[in-house]
Amino acid sequence: MTLVWLILIPFIGGLLCWQAERFGDQAPRWIALGTMLLELLMVLGLWVSSDFQLPAEGAASAWTLEWQADWIPRFGIQLHLAIDGLSLLMIALTGLLGAMAVVCSWKEIVRRVGFFHLNLLWILGGVVGVFLAIDLFLFFLFWEMMLVPMYFLIALWGHSGSQGSSRIGAATKFFIYTQASGLLMLIAILGLVFAHHGATGEYTFAYADLLNTPLSETTAWWLMLGFFVAFAVKLPVVPLHGWLPDAHAQAPTAGSVDLAGILLKTAAYGMLRFALPLFPEASQAFAPVAMTLGLIGIFYGAILACGQQDLKRLIAYTSISHMGFVLIGIYAGTELALQGVVALMVAHAFSAAGLFILSGQLYERLHTRDMRQMGGLWGRIRGLPGFALVFVAASLGLPGTANFVGEFMVMFGAFGVAPWIVVIASAGLILAAVYSLFIMQRVYYGPPAEETPLAGLDRRETILLFGIVALVVFFGIYPQPLLDTSASAMQVVQQSVQQAAAMTGGAQ
Amino acid sequence: MTTFHDVLLILTFVFPLLGSLILALSFGRLSERASATIGVASIGLAALCTLWVGIEFYDQGKSAQTLTLWHWVTVGDFRPTVGLMLDGLSLTLLGVITGVGFFIHLFAAWYMRGEDGVTRFFCHMNLFVFSMILLVLGDNLLLLYFGWEGVGLCSYLLIGYYYRTPANGWAAFKAFIITRTGDVFLAIGMFLLYDQLGSLNLQTLLARAPEIWSQGGLMPQLTALMLLGGAVGKSAQLPLHTWLADAMAGPTPVSALIHAATMVTAGVYLIARMNGIFLMAPDVLLLVGVVGALTLLVAGFAALAQTDIKRVLAYSTMSQIGYMFLALGVGAFDAAIFHLMIHAFFKALLFLSAGSVIICTHHEQDMRRLGGLWRKLPLTYAGFIVGGAALAALPLVTAGFYSKDAILVSALASGHGVLMLAGLFGALLTSIYTVRLILGTFHGKPKSDNARSAHAGKGLVHGTPLVVLIVMSTAVGAQLTPPLDEVLPPGPVAEGMAVHILEFTAMIVAVGGVLFAGWLFKRRRDLIRRGMADPRGARLWTFWHNAWGFDTLYDWLFVRPYQGVVRVNRGDWINSLCNILPWLARASHQGLRTTQTGLMRHYAVSMVLGATLLLVFLLVG
Repeated sequence: MTLVWLILIPFIGGLLCWQAERFGDQAPRWIALGTMLLELLMVLGLWVSSDFQLPAEGAASAWTLEWQADWIPRFGIQLHLAIDGLSLLMIALTGLLGAMAVVCSWKEIVRRVGFFHLNLLWILGGVVGVFLAIDLFLFFLFWEMMLVPMYFLIALWGHSGSQGSSRIGAATKFFIYTQASGLLMLIAILGLVFAHHGATGEYTFAYADLLNTPLSETTAWWLMLGFFVAFAVKLPVVPLHGWLPDAHAQAPTAGSVDLAGILLKTAAYGMLRFALPLFPEASQAFAPVAMTLGLIGIFYGAILACGQQDLKRLIAYTSISHMGFVLIGIYAGTELALQGVVALMVAHAFSAAGLFILSGQLYERLHTRDMRQMGGLWGRIRGLPGFALVFVAASLGLPGTANFVGEFMVMFGAFGVAPWIVVIASAGLILAAVYSLFIMQRVYYGPPAEETPLAGLDRRETILLFGIVALVVFFGIYPQPLLDTSASAMQVVQQSVQQAAAMTGGAQ
Repeated sequence: MTTFHDVLLILTFVFPLLGSLILALSFGRLSERASATIGVASIGLAALCTLWVGIEFYDQGKSAQTLTLWHWVTVGDFRPTVGLMLDGLSLTLLGVITGVGFFIHLFAAWYMRGEDGVTRFFCHMNLFVFSMILLVLGDNLLLLYFGWEGVGLCSYLLIGYYYRTPANGWAAFKAFIITRTGDVFLAIGMFLLYDQLGSLNLQTLLARAPEIWSQGGLMPQLTALMLLGGAVGKSAQLPLHTWLADAMAGPTPVSALIHAATMVTAGVYLIARMNGIFLMAPDVLLLVGVVGALTLLVAGFAALAQTDIKRVLAYSTMSQIGYMFLALGVGAFDAAIFHLMIHAFFKALLFLSAGSVIICTHHEQDMRRLGGLWRKLPLTYAGFIVGGAALAALPLVTAGFYSKDAILVSALASGHGVLMLAGLFGALLTSIYTVRLILGTFHGKPKSDNARSAHAGKGLVHGTPLVVLIVMSTAVGAQLTPPLDEVLPPGPVAEGMAVHILEFTAMIVAVGGVLFAGWLFKRRRDLIRRGMADPRGARLWTFWHNAWGFDTLYDWLFVRPYQGVVRVNRGDWINSLCNILPWLARASHQGLRTTQTGLMRHYAVSMVLGATLLLVFLLVG
C-alpha cells in the first residue's frame, strides 16, 4: 500500500490546499509544504529500509516493492504499481523539488493560492504515478494527467513574455505538443498490445508480459518510434523542442522548477523503462540516430541559449543542451553511461531548479527578466551572486558539482561505443561554458545600473538555495548513494541492450 | 590506517578550503582585516604542513606515497578515487604553491587594503590554492582534472575581480573559454586513456602504457597530442596563448600567483607527470619542444612592444613557460620542473614589485607615465633589479641562470640544435625587454604626477614577501634541488667542450643583451625614435604590440562566425518551422469562415454552382 499512498498523498494534499484557502493564504502553503515533506519522508524511509541489489536469478520479480489490483480485467488492464532503484530516485527527486517549488512560490504567488497549490501538487501526483505505473494503460493515464494541472499553472499564474508571447499561448503550445505526442504513444501502446494478442491470444497491458512480445522487425521499429517520439517531445529532442522555451519562460517559478527538474526527467525515465527494454533490437539499430539527435540538441540548445536576452529563456535552452547528453547516454547503453544518465538527471534537476529559483528571486527584486536591464549585481544583492556562481558552475559542468560526474560518466561510458559522438559532444563543453558564463557576464558583471543595494536574501531563500547547493556539491564529490540505488535497474537495461547487440550479430 | 603524516598531507588542502568556506559563508559580514587574516593564515598553515610533510618525505627516503580518501565513483571497472600521491614532483609543486603562495597572500593583504570586496578576493584566492593543490596531489587524472578546472574558475573570478569595468569581465571570460578549449582536449585524452588502458590512475597508466601500446604507435601519439592540447591551453602556449595578456586585468597578486607562479605552469606539470606517455610518442614530444620554442620567440617579441608593465611581465611569463616546454620537448623533464620552480620565485617577485609600483604610484602601470622611481621606491627597485636579473639569467649570481642553463644544455645534448638556438635567441630578447622594463619604470624623469608623487610602501606585510623572494631569486634559490630523480626519467646529458662553449655563449648573450639594451635605451633613444618614425617600424611595433595579431585572427575565425550563427538563429528557426502548423490551421479557419456570410443569396448561388459542377463531373466522368 505504500506505493498507493505515494500517489494519493499529493492528490489529497492538493484538495486540502484548495479548501484551506478559506483560512487565509498561509494555510495552503503550509499544507502543501507538509504534504511534500511527508511524501519525501516516505520515499526516504523506503530508500533506507529497502535493498536495491540485483535480485537473484530466477527471482519472482525484479521489483523492490509491488502493488497490484484489477481494473478492467476484460482488456487485461490492472492497477499495477512497482518500484525499483530508478523510480525511487526519481520519486525522491519529485518530493524534494516539489517542496522546493512550494517554498520558492511562497511570496511569488498571491492570487488564488489554494488553487495554485492544488495544481502544483496534482502535477507532482501525476509524476509520481508515471514513475510507479508498470501497467502501460495506467502509465499513459498518469502521463496525460500531469499535463492538465501544468496547463493551468502556466495559463493562470504565468508571466507574459518579453517578445509579446502570452502565457495562454505558451500553455496551449505546451499542451498541444505533449498531447499530440501522447497520442502517438497511445497508438504505439495499443499496437504493442494487439501484437501481443496476435501472438498469445490474450489482452494484457502488463509491462512484464509485453517485454517478451515477439515482434517482426518492421512492427518493432514503428512501435519503438512511437514511444521514442512521445518521449522525445518531452525530453525534449531537437527538433521537437518548440514548446519548451515558451513554457519555461512564461511559467511561474514553481512551474519552471518542476518542468525542468522533474517533467523532463519523465521522458528520460520513459526511454529507460519502456523504449529500450520493450524494443531492444530496434532501439539498438536506432541508437546512432538518437545519439546524433542528442548531439544536435547539445549544440542547437547552446547556440540558442547564447542569443537570448530573457534570463529564463536562456536557462530553458540550456536544458535542451544538457538533455542532449542524457540522450547520448541512454542510447550508448553501457552501464557506465546509463549510470551517468541517472547522475546527470539528478544533477540537472538541482542545477536547473537552482537557476530558475534565482531568476525568480531576481524578478521579485528587479521586476524584469531582461538581462539588458541587469548588470553589476555582484555588489548589490548580498548572498545571491555567490549562489548564482555555484549553479552557473554546475551548469557548465565544473568538477565538484554533480553535473560534472554525470556528464563525464556519460562520455566515458559512451566513448567505447561511439568515440566520434563523444569527441564532438565534448566540444559542447566549450559552448556550455560560453552560455553559462554569459549569465555571470550579463547579470552580475559590468557597471551597475544603480548603486542602491537591493534586498538581500531572507532566511527562507537562503535555506532553500543552501540546500540545493549542498546537494549539488555532495553528489559531486560522492555520487555513490545515487549510483548504488540505481545500479540494479540500470544493469537490467544494459543487459537488454547487450542481448540485442548479441542477437543482431554485434552489428555495432 | 591514516597516520599523522597522512593527516598533515590532507591538511595542506583542507586549510585553504576551510579558509575559503569561512569567507564565503560570512556573506560579507567580516571586516577587511579579519578577512585578510583568515585568508593569509589558512595558506600559512598549509605552508607549515607542507614543510612538515616535506621533512618527513626526506626522512622516509623520498619514496612515493599514496593515500586513498574515498572512491569518487564506482561503476564496474570505472573506479576513480579521491586519492593523493606524494612524490618528489608533487612535493616540489606543493612547496611552490604553498610557499610562494603564502608570501603572495601576505603581500595581497597590503595590496588590497581599502578595496571593495576583500572577503571575496581572499575567498577566491584560497579556493584557488585548494584547487591547485588537488591538481598536483591527485593520484588520478580525474582528480587532476578536478583541480585543473577549479583553478580555471578561480582564475576567471579573480581576473574579473574589478567587475564593474566590462573589459575586465570579458578578459575573464576570454581566459576561461580559451583554457576550456584546451581542457576539452585534455578530457578527450582522458577518454582515450581510459578506453585504451582501462584506468585513470597515474601510476597504473604509466605502467600499462608500454605493455599495451607500441612505441610511437598511433594511440600514444594521439593521446599525447590531446594531453598537449590541454597543457597548451592552461600554460598559455601557442596557439591558445591569447588569454594571458588580457588576464592582467585582475589584481596584481592574482597575476603573481595564478598567472605566473602556479596555474599557468600546470601544463608543464601535466606533461612531466605523463612523461611515460610522451616518451612513447616521440613526434608529439618534439612538437612540445617546437611549441615551446615558437612561443618563447613570439612572446619575447611581443614583450618588447608593450607599455603596460604587467603586460610585459605577462608576455615574459609565456616566454619563460616556452622554455619549460622546450625542456620537456627535448626530454629534460627535470630541467623543466627546476625552471618552473625558479621561475615561480623570480616572476612572483617581479609581479609583486610591479604591484608595489602600481599602488605606490596611485594605480599607474603604464611605462609612458612612470619613470624616475628608483630613489623613491628602493625596495621595489631592488625587487625589480634582482627579479629582472634572474629573468635575464645573468650569470652566476642569479637563480635564473642555473635553471635556464640546464635547459639549453639539455637541448644541445638531445641534438635539437634549432631548439637550442631558439632558446639562445630568446635569451637575448629577454635581456632586452627586461632592461627596457626597468629603465622605463625606474629611470629617466617621472612622466606623470602620479609618478612624481609616489610614496614608498611601508610595513612588514609589504616588505617581507619582497625580501624573501629577492633572496630566493638569487643563487641561493638555485641551491634548492627538487627531489625528482625517482619520478622523472633522466634527461639527456652532455659532456665536454661543447657544453662549456654553450655556457659561455649563454653568458655572453645575457650580459651582452643587457649592455646592448642599456646602451640603446639610455644613450641612443634617437635610434628608436627614428625607427618608430618610419611607417614600417611603426607597423612592426603595432604588430608586436598586438602580439602578432592572433586576437584579430581568432576574432575573425571563431568569435564572429559564432556570433553570426547565434544572431541568425536567435528566433529559433526550427521552432518557427513548426509554427507553420498553427498558422495553417488558423488560415484555413479564416478561409472557411469567410464562406459563412449568413446571406441567403450566397448560399443559393454556391448550391447552384456546386450542383452544376457535380453534374458536369458526373457527365464527363
